[in-house]
This record gives sequence, structure tokens and C-alpha cells, in this order.
Amino acid sequence: MNAVDPVLLFFLLGLAAGLLRSELRLPAAVYELVSMLLLLSIGLKGGIELGKQPVGNVALQALAVMVMGAVLPLVAFPVLRLVGRLRRADAASIAAHYGSVSVATYAVATAYFASRQIAFEAHMPFLLVVLEIPAILVGILLARGFSRDMPVGTVAHEVLLGKGIVLLVGGLLIGWAAGADGLTPMAPLFFDLFKGILALFLLEMGLITAAQFGSLRQHGVFLVLFGIGMPLFSSVVGILVGYGLGLSLGGTTMLAVLAASASYIAVPAAMRISVPQANPTLSLAVSLGVTFPFNVLVGIPLYHAMTTTAFAVLGG
Amino acid sequence: MTSANRKLLTIITEAALESVLAKDLQRLGVQGYTITDARGRGSRGARTAAWSESSNIRVEIVCDASTAGAVAAHLQTRYYEDYAMILFVADVAVLRSEKF
Repeated sequence: MNAVDPVLLFFLLGLAAGLLRSELRLPAAVYELVSMLLLLSIGLKGGIELGKQPVGNVALQALAVMVMGAVLPLVAFPVLRLVGRLRRADAASIAAHYGSVSVATYAVATAYFASRQIAFEAHMPFLLVVLEIPAILVGILLARGFSRDMPVGTVAHEVLLGKGIVLLVGGLLIGWAAGADGLTPMAPLFFDLFKGILALFLLEMGLITAAQFGSLRQHGVFLVLFGIGMPLFSSVVGILVGYGLGLSLGGTTMLAVLAASASYIAVPAAMRISVPQANPTLSLAVSLGVTFPFNVLVGIPLYHAMTTTAFAVLGG
Repeated sequence: MTSANRKLLTIITEAALESVLAKDLQRLGVQGYTITDARGRGSRGARTAAWSESSNIRVEIVCDASTAGAVAAHLQTRYYEDYAMILFVADVAVLRSEKF
């Protein structure tokens, strides 16, 4: 058992540098490249495994995860609206962020699992893609209702052809088509360098997270409490769904991590176009400023412990 | 050298709007435009361009006065309320008037 995963130290370095207003920043193009590599490597890994799974099994899991992605924002919305007294558009947008997933949190979790040699269903990236989308649609409906003037084409384009989805789905398909042997020549770039790339990515994430703290101060205690309470609730839902689907302990923990994570790429981009009235500063402050650091620093080990306990109690 | 007078319309706004703006401009009869990445600070805080959600773009359009007016009016009604956006217009001289 090592004390702290070094990739998290990179995150803390970025966070400290950002809070101390250092000039440090990753050039935008480097950040783009690093996040592309992460998305592709996660997609490829999942794709290799996807081919080995029975189709019926995977379809059932996808369906359950999709329902979970649609239900989580429906739980978050009334809390944000009634307890947080947020405007309808803001509540809907934040709810969508929490129903969807953060690939960065998933990546940190895979590093955590790898260092502790915890096995999990390797086709998890497929479920990640599936979980990304329903919450966006639910969020848009919560904000706008079933209105006729909804720019369906633009929204669909934004949701389905966003950079993250294209790279993840593309990686899954390439991994599935090429198989482990076919990808061996590329393994040094996509698999062996994974932790180094993740470290660079988290350095920048620390800087971005630090930039959110300012706006968080303006919006008060409720958002901080929500940013911690909501992932705790979602992780329990994730554990129940994972257990119900008969996933392994590792797989159930991973589903808890996915449920608990809040999007900060796909959802903000889609919400900016489809729900322009929602204030993006608010949703990013809570999802990036509170939930992301909470999940990577405290959440992942916590959800692991919760799942282990649940399996002991339920007899998994 | 014979030159003609045209308007230079400059828009600075969120990068998220790039693709919708491109469609709007085409519909409003703009012949061409130039987009560059930008960063800065304004009433909606610092836009650092550190990552895509905090990036700005600067759109420059050279066109005749009526098109400039139409674009400005459209952007003001459609986007001013919800998006970080400013625009300004300047007089410029161009050499090939048929191009703009």
C-alpha cells in the first residue's frame, strides 16, 4: 500500500500553483493533445475487452446505466431548485453535470485500481460512454420543457459529435476491431505512457480547479455541500446498480465512481448551446471546484471501502 | 490606387459559439470572415483560454454598411443577454470593393 498516488501529487501541485497565482499553464494545444491521448487510450482499452463480452450481458448493463444516468439528474434538480433556490436553467444545467460522467475521474480511478491490483470489468469505458449522454437530454428537458423551438439538430450534433464522445467511441471501435494483438505496436504510446500523460493532465486540472475557487466563494455554502453530498448519494446508487447487475467488486466500485463523478467537458459544451440562460460559471465551480477534487482525493478510496462493506453485508 | 470604404466588424465572444455564429453569418450574407483565438478579461471575469470552456474567439468581418448593421442587430438580439460578447465597427478602406 503506497501512501499517495503520485498522479494526485501532480494534481495538488497544479492546485497549489493556481492558488498561489503562479504563471504556470499548459499550452492549450498540449492540453488538447493530452486529453485526446487519455480519451483514446481509455476507449482502446475498453474496445479490446468489449469484443470478448456476451452481447446480451453488455446490452443489459448499458440499459441499466442509461436509466441511472437519466434518474440522477431528476433527483438533483429538485434539491438544487428547492433547497438551493437556484434558477430553473441553472438547476437543470447542474443536474445534467451530475448525471453525466467525468473521464478524468475515471482515469484517476483506473490508476488507483492498477496500483492496488484490483480487477474490474475492462469494458467499463463502454458504460462510461453510455452514461455520458442521457443526463444531457434530461437536463435540456428540465430547463426548456418539451418546446417546439428546440434546435434538435444542433443539440444532437453537439451531444453526439462532441470531441469526447467521438474519441471514446472511436477508440472503442478501433480497439474492438484491432484486438489486443493488433494494438501491440501502439501500446507504448497509448498504454505504457498512460500514467505520465495522466500526470500532465492532472497538473493542468489542478490549475483549472484553482481558477474555480474564486467563483465558488461568491456562490456560498450550498454549492459546496451539494458538490460533496450529491456524489456521495450517487455513489450509493452506483453500488446498488453494480451489485444488481452482478458486477465484480472492482466493477461495482468503478460504477460508483462513474455515478459520483460530474461532467465538466461534454455537458458544459452542450448546455452552453442548448440552455444559454444557465450560468456556466456556477456549474463549473461546483463540478470542477468541489466534486472533482473531492472524488479524486477522497471519493475513490471511500467508494472502494463502501463497496467492500456492501459486498460483505450483501454477500457478493 | 483606388480604394472603397467598407466596415470592419469585430466580434469577441465565447469559443463555444463558433459553429452557430458561422451559420448565422452565412445566412446574413457575409462573404467571408477571419477567426482567431483570443483571451482577456471583461464583465464575465477572466477568459484565460487555458481550456476550451474558457476560450474566446475574435471574429473579423469586412463588409458593407448594411450587412454590418444586420449582423450587429442580429447578434445583439440573439446573444447579448446570455453570452459573453462584444462587437465594434470601424471604417476601413479596401482595394477590391467587389470582394466585400
